[in-house]
Amino acid sequence: MSGSLHAPRAPSERIIAAVLFACGMVSVFTTLGIVVVLVKESAGFFSEVSLGQFLGDTQWTPLFTDQHFGIWPLLAGTLLTTAIAVAVALPLGLLAAIYLAEFAPERARKILKPTLEVLAGIPTVVYGYFALVYITPLLQRFVPGLAGFNALGPGIVMGVMILPVIASLSEDAIYAVPASLREAAYALGAGRLRTVFRVVLPSAFSGIGAAVILGISRAIGETMIVAIAAGQQARLTADPRSPIETMTAYIVQISLGDTPTGTLEYRTIFAVGLALFLLTLGLNAVAFRLRRRVLKGGTL
Amino acid sequence: MAAHDLHAWFGANEALKGITLAFPETRVTAIIGPSGCGKSTFVRCLNRMHEVVPGARVAGRVALDGQDIYAPGVNPVRVRRRVGMVFQKPNPFPTMSIRENVLAGLRLSGEPVPDPAGTVEKALRQAALWDEVRDVLKRTGSSLSGGQQQRLCIARALALEPEVLLMDEPCSALDPIATARIEELIHELRERYTIAIVTHNMQQAARVADFTAFFYQGELVEVDRTDVLFTHPNNRKTEDYITGRFG
Repeated sequence: MSGSLHAPRAPSERIIAAVLFACGMVSVFTTLGIVVVLVKESAGFFSEVSLGQFLGDTQWTPLFTDQHFGIWPLLAGTLLTTAIAVAVALPLGLLAAIYLAEFAPERARKILKPTLEVLAGIPTVVYGYFALVYITPLLQRFVPGLAGFNALGPGIVMGVMILPVIASLSEDAIYAVPASLREAAYALGAGRLRTVFRVVLPSAFSGIGAAVILGISRAIGETMIVAIAAGQQARLTADPRSPIETMTAYIVQISLGDTPTGTLEYRTIFAVGLALFLLTLGLNAVAFRLRRRVLKGGTL
Repeated sequence: MAAHDLHAWFGANEALKGITLAFPETRVTAIIGPSGCGKSTFVRCLNRMHEVVPGARVAGRVALDGQDIYAPGVNPVRVRRRVGMVFQKPNPFPTMSIRENVLAGLRLSGEPVPDPAGTVEKALRQAALWDEVRDVLKRTGSSLSGGQQQRLCIARALALEPEVLLMDEPCSALDPIATARIEELIHELRERYTIAIVTHNMQQAARVADFTAFFYQGELVEVDRTDVLFTHPNNRKTEDYITGRFG
């Protein structure tokens, strides 16, 4: 072989690289755009309503003549439905993950895992009506005082919705625990259950934590289910039987209603949106750190 | 401990073709042979770890104090309590401290540990690790060097006070200095334990073992006193292997 090593690079390669770069930047600019709009419109809101009112008032009544702008009722609604969802999805998801990763035969795992993930593909509007017309009437037979719109039904259904997220990501984390640790435990005379609960699960803790947090942040951001079935009544309560309103459902209510743009009432949704954004951003950051620790193969 | 006509399979592939081999008490027996000869599979059959692999199967007998560990009704968990194992790659539990690692065997089998501090010190002393870690027992096991991790794994096995210690190429992931420490340790441990060590390294077998067995293609070719096997092998295959003509 002889000849110069110098040759121009094919121009098509550069074009392709540029196109791919542009595609990548679309999501970056979209995110930036959203943040800019949220901050700008929220600034308009906070020029009329003080941050102290926003964080200090316990009533949220922007559409009433006696206006109050306290975020707490909406935040409480979000936290209540999320807590119910997690109470459903955490034990079920974790047990499903343990079964799939540790006990299911390889063939069952190959069939069950994609089936579980199908749950994540169901449109949330379907879940919402399922909560309203099926789960709530069913629950009313057992739970006295359960309103037609309530936090409990949609919370449970939301738990089913985030179940695949928690189960699937936890399963990945458990499955990724090196076989050498299981072998070490077996060789020390540990039974299967103890190996799972004392060795494997602690080693997968970071990954499971990340899975749960991502599930929580999906529940916080979930909109259709709570907008349809939870009642759209901002109320500072921890009673899951009464109608409530979440931050997301409030945004839907204003967006779909006849509130004129540019008014204070209209700007409230940006302030609520910003609060929601900060909440999920914080949770995702924690999950990201946990997952990075898993990927590095590090320990607690 | 003694194996009698031991066969092992991975699926349809017969990895051990009828091994009969006794391990004299409180002696070190080395198992040497080229890659794939079945030496690791063999020691994994001695504490019923072979069957943990999906599709793996065993036939034959292994006597431990006159009891066949493959007899019906024998609980493999009980067998593993009495036959300790150290693996090729050090595998301390990453979520546990050094101290908890040593106690792991006892805790994982759900036994009460009457004197944890004493048990930890004794096992770490036996594994020649105590002086290096006595002040850092609360650190994680993975914070130690590779050689220290391997000695921690040995201490973890010794804490269960086994009768037999199986070592599957315990030095292959270690540097020469760490290897020398482990070899010294094997010398000390043979006072009390029956040891089977798989090794790729013939010099290591010559240094640590009283007896050496040569495996080839799933069969035991020859076993003898180490000095005899390395100087006057009976079998041509053994001679070819130890003189480096193959393997």
